[in-house]
Amino acid sequence: MSEPFLIGEKMTGGYGKGPDILHECTIAVEKGEIAVIVGPNGAGKSTAMKAVFGMLDIRGGSVRLDGEDITRLTPQARVAKGMAFVPQTSNIFTSLTVEENLEMGAFLRHDDISETMEQVYGLFPILREKRHQAAGELSGGQRQQVAVGRALMTQPTLLMLDEPTAGVSPIVMDELFDRIIEVARTGISILMVEQNARQALAIADKGYVLVQGRNAYTGTGRELLDDPEVRKSFLGG
Amino acid sequence: MDFLNAIVAIANYVLIPGIAYGSQLALGALGVTLIYGILRFSNFAHGDTMAFGTMVTILFTWWFQSLGISIAPLPTALLALPFGIVFTALLLLGTDRAVYRFYREKRAAPVILVIVSMGVMFIMNGLVRFIIGPDEQRFADGARFLIRARDFKQWTGLSEGLAIRTSQAITVVTAVAVVALLFWFLMRTRTGKSMRAYSDNEDLALLSGINPERVVMYTWLIVAALATIAGVLYGLDKSFKPFTYFQLLLPIFASAVVGGLGNPIGAIAGGFVVAFSEVTITYAWKKVLVYLLPESLEPSGLAQLLSTDYKFAVSFALLIIVLLFKPTGLFKGKTV
Repeated sequence: MSEPFLIGEKMTGGYGKGPDILHECTIAVEKGEIAVIVGPNGAGKSTAMKAVFGMLDIRGGSVRLDGEDITRLTPQARVAKGMAFVPQTSNIFTSLTVEENLEMGAFLRHDDISETMEQVYGLFPILREKRHQAAGELSGGQRQQVAVGRALMTQPTLLMLDEPTAGVSPIVMDELFDRIIEVARTGISILMVEQNARQALAIADKGYVLVQGRNAYTGTGRELLDDPEVRKSFLGG
Repeated sequence: MDFLNAIVAIANYVLIPGIAYGSQLALGALGVTLIYGILRFSNFAHGDTMAFGTMVTILFTWWFQSLGISIAPLPTALLALPFGIVFTALLLLGTDRAVYRFYREKRAAPVILVIVSMGVMFIMNGLVRFIIGPDEQRFADGARFLIRARDFKQWTGLSEGLAIRTSQAITVVTAVAVVALLFWFLMRTRTGKSMRAYSDNEDLALLSGINPERVVMYTWLIVAALATIAGVLYGLDKSFKPFTYFQLLLPIFASAVVGGLGNPIGAIAGGFVVAFSEVTITYAWKKVLVYLLPESLEPSGLAQLLSTDYKFAVSFALLIIVLLFKPTGLFKGKTV
């Protein structure tokens, strides 16, 4: 079997000099697919994502993107390699307009960004309407759209989302998931941490259930949803 | 007639000096607010940065004067100003390299940077006194007045005169041009937007590939220009004395805080609020009241609320009132 597009293999590590939070945790995404990390609170879901993005030093294991070992690269260098990260909180420039947020997303690019901006507006039509408004004035769901839009401006090959639906209404959540599927269809791989496990697994090609920083269950979204053990422990029956 | 005389007296003694002083404070406060927004500390060395820039400008002014170079009726200092800005920029970039960068890399708490900036303040203070001396220097030349009080009286036939000094007119024109340029830069250019983004959300700016060292460098360059221009305009309008510039720190900080720290529009508004508070509270209103009130109600004293010696108390009182009741300032800034 060929190597996945992105793989964080047997990652072990924690924050600073603190205890290990991840224990030989493996996360992988195939090209153009959606991988979802779920699990109980404190399972190390966000930590696993940050480890993949280089926001904490891992003491064991490696991260490889498209076959290239990127374990030692800084997050900024990983952005240049085509990885984009949407943090859970403070993920937009509140005092800048929507359009300026998108421009800042493309800061590293020196080519014409208008086409990418059109694509983002095509994906999130509401942002075109509000493009001259300060991003901080938008609703929760719209702010998440700005955050995802900003990340897409680098034309990434991998988009990482840390709980994109945290604090938005169920209707907005469905809408956001639809958009995420659309993004994946354009060939961008998506790695996502989700609190709403059931809905997230329903759209996932691959699911990872983490418990205490270890891989507990791994499978396709469907498999995990149908697994009686997973259902009982994490999906509430 | 008395009413018109009263208006002219107010314009002459309150309005015009207030606008000029307000513009100078606004330029100073813009520098403080930019450093607060981007480097995230209150820069106590700002007053002495202004003194340094003004000193270099004065030295170049003297040199130009000795060479017979002049742009009369404008003051020679305007010609020397760009050189003052360049030297101040070099000083600030050097200070950043030698001092502030060390603490930035350690991610030092803002309060530590404030104390560090006080150390820088003492060094700059000593440097300026060592080079030019602690005494007062007057370096304004060229035409002194745009409108003379005597001419104004002749034109209008009023008994009250109105004078506009060249330095006041230059102050206002320069301040408007500088502020317009600064806002164009911050709102329209890529670098300006990246500075705002960095000030708004440092972590996300890093994720977007904005280079913090470049943002910091541009900030110091802009601050050098703002501080030098503010200092030279103040010196042309009044006079240059290192200790006075050190004292200017208080009204400048008051302006930045009153307007909302980190908010450029707030810094400008704050500058004028502080300037007009100072001028109106320390002005002897007797003259105006004599024009306006019937003879029986005329005040016997000067009708001056506070002696000019105490003008700093006004900034201080404003600072405390704002911090107590609206810590984010008139325009939404960051809490101190």
